[in-house]
Amino acid sequence: MSSLVLILLTGIGLGALYFLVASGLSLIYGLMHVLNFAHGAFLTLSAFVGWQVAQALGTGSWGSFLASILVGAVVGAVFATVTELVLIRPLYERHIEQVLVTVGLSFAAVALFEGIWGTDAINISGPVWLRGTTEVLGAKIPNTYWVLMVAAAIVLAALVLFLRKTRYGMIIRAGVENRAMVTALGIDVRRSFTLVFAIGGAAAGIGGVLAMHYSTFVSAHLGSTLLIFAFIVTVIGGLGSLAGAAIASVLVAVLQQFANFYLDGTGDFIVVALLAVVLLVRPRGLLGRAA
Amino acid sequence: MTLTTGIPTLVRGRKGAYLPFIAGGALVVLMAVLPLLNISLPGILPGATYTPGTLALLSLCMVFAALALSYNLLLGTAGMLSFGHALYFGAGAYGLGIALKYLGVPLWPGIFIALLGGLAIALVTGAVAMRVSGIPFAMVTLAFAQAGSVLVRRNQQVTGGEEGMRLPVAQVPEWLVGVVNTRNLYWFTLVVVVLVYLIVLWVDRSRLGHLAEAARENELRVRVLGLRPYVAKLIVFLVAAGCASLAGIAYMLLQSGTQPSAVGADLTITVLVMVVLGGVGFRWGAIVGGVLYTLLDQRLTVLARSEWISDLPDVLRIPLSEPLFLLGVLFILVVMFLPGGIAGTIDGAVRRRRGERTRAQLARLDDAEQAAPEQVEVRA
Repeated sequence: MSSLVLILLTGIGLGALYFLVASGLSLIYGLMHVLNFAHGAFLTLSAFVGWQVAQALGTGSWGSFLASILVGAVVGAVFATVTELVLIRPLYERHIEQVLVTVGLSFAAVALFEGIWGTDAINISGPVWLRGTTEVLGAKIPNTYWVLMVAAAIVLAALVLFLRKTRYGMIIRAGVENRAMVTALGIDVRRSFTLVFAIGGAAAGIGGVLAMHYSTFVSAHLGSTLLIFAFIVTVIGGLGSLAGAAIASVLVAVLQQFANFYLDGTGDFIVVALLAVVLLVRPRGLLGRAA
Repeated sequence: MTLTTGIPTLVRGRKGAYLPFIAGGALVVLMAVLPLLNISLPGILPGATYTPGTLALLSLCMVFAALALSYNLLLGTAGMLSFGHALYFGAGAYGLGIALKYLGVPLWPGIFIALLGGLAIALVTGAVAMRVSGIPFAMVTLAFAQAGSVLVRRNQQVTGGEEGMRLPVAQVPEWLVGVVNTRNLYWFTLVVVVLVYLIVLWVDRSRLGHLAEAARENELRVRVLGLRPYVAKLIVFLVAAGCASLAGIAYMLLQSGTQPSAVGADLTITVLVMVVLGGVGFRWGAIVGGVLYTLLDQRLTVLARSEWISDLPDVLRIPLSEPLFLLGVLFILVVMFLPGGIAGTIDGAVRRRRGERTRAQLARLDDAEQAAPEQVEVRA
């Protein structure tokens, strides 16, 4: 029983991390049809800068932890906005080239991060509580998972509120639904492109700082590993669907943890197998619209 | 989609119609006799052309040229943006190692087994991945390559894990082993790259290639004509994967070993950079891209260690000492400002001088045609 609870809760926690990365990817793809390979680079840069901030403020305190998350979100948002304005916008409507540019950016960024912060993973430390565990129904859950869950829940709630209640959120939803119509109604959709990139970058930034605490180290390749799982999650959830991304990230992560525990560490394969099954049975993903 | 392929059609009677064929043949002959000559290209090659170091570098260039050619078949001809092409390269490299080590077969059957293994993996992954197309296809192929990479890293007793796999030299003929025989390895890779080129050329010229091209431009129209684009694209995918496996086999022999990075997404991205740099849709562009990238990577690494760079302030030193950063920036610049790559730009210039339409203009015509039905869709 206790191992079941452990797997379930750590699965949800890991899913929360996937969601933080995948939510931005899914929104960006839904609105702009851009597969953003540079998302991993946003995440990694935020993690490094967040780490630097935490180092400067003293790693043990909650204040520095929160500050590093905040700074991570801002760094991710700024990096993403600049990327959109400088690299994506000039290639408007040329989807393949847009993908290629983000590939080039992630390629260059990882090399640059290695140049600045070294090729080795840097061990990090945070508030002492994060290293501890909390007992739930006899299962000892590492505390980082709770933080991940809370962060993802806040991001999800904020995103839903933003998309449902604000004017820009409405434009974005309408743009995902039918971009030509929104443009025809005289609304500049391109402004919401930048906005979506900024939001996605901020979510990835939060995810980056938390991923660093989750894996207790930061390296230039932190983002690329997570990015692949985020891709899988967005495809399974249905490209462009935020709810699909949320459901799929929890599903994928719980399944992964189960396989890692009961099937001798085969979690990664189970996830890819799940992807293959979803593609064979339902190519548009769980909540994706028919193409 | 603005990708266009070029098939240098032989227009009989036109001045210089046979020129590409003569130039290509001459290049192969030149490459074949290079190990017997003493040519130095300081700054580009590390030594005279007969030295093992230079020959090894040139062989590596040719391996990547072959890989880029196979990827160009996928992206240029069939229009499939795959992020899992390295999987088949790695399958060739590791397949050869595993066949020699665990089945104990001699080299030539080993190559055959590795090739079959690569094709089998390509058949399964390709058939599933092609359930979707476009960007989702890219994501799915990436996931498969990642699974392959994890498989290689995890199974340490079979593949050597992170440390990589050594080539079991016992079964390899003596004339292909060791630094002394780099020359023979060089000729072997030359044969591989010529073979891959001929296969790719044959596919591009065949009905199969035309069908894949037509499906790239307008899949619906091909299906309406009663043809089956799925099968054609799958066969092109398989041929490209087989060529990549062949390049992987040559890589394994050349380096007498392989690392897990030969399977991962990073290598696919490297190949993508080569092909885009050279010019998508041009076979000679893929070769130029593969060779140029490998040379640049090698020379920039040497440059990064040079003294005048280590004396620079950090702001300049760090970016300049990372070859991959410079190549990534170069790639971004090519995508943004030189959309046809090297080959596309040169081809465009030549065509303009002859007064023909350039490919970009032709692509724009296609786009204009495609735009029409979309507008209808909006109204409905």
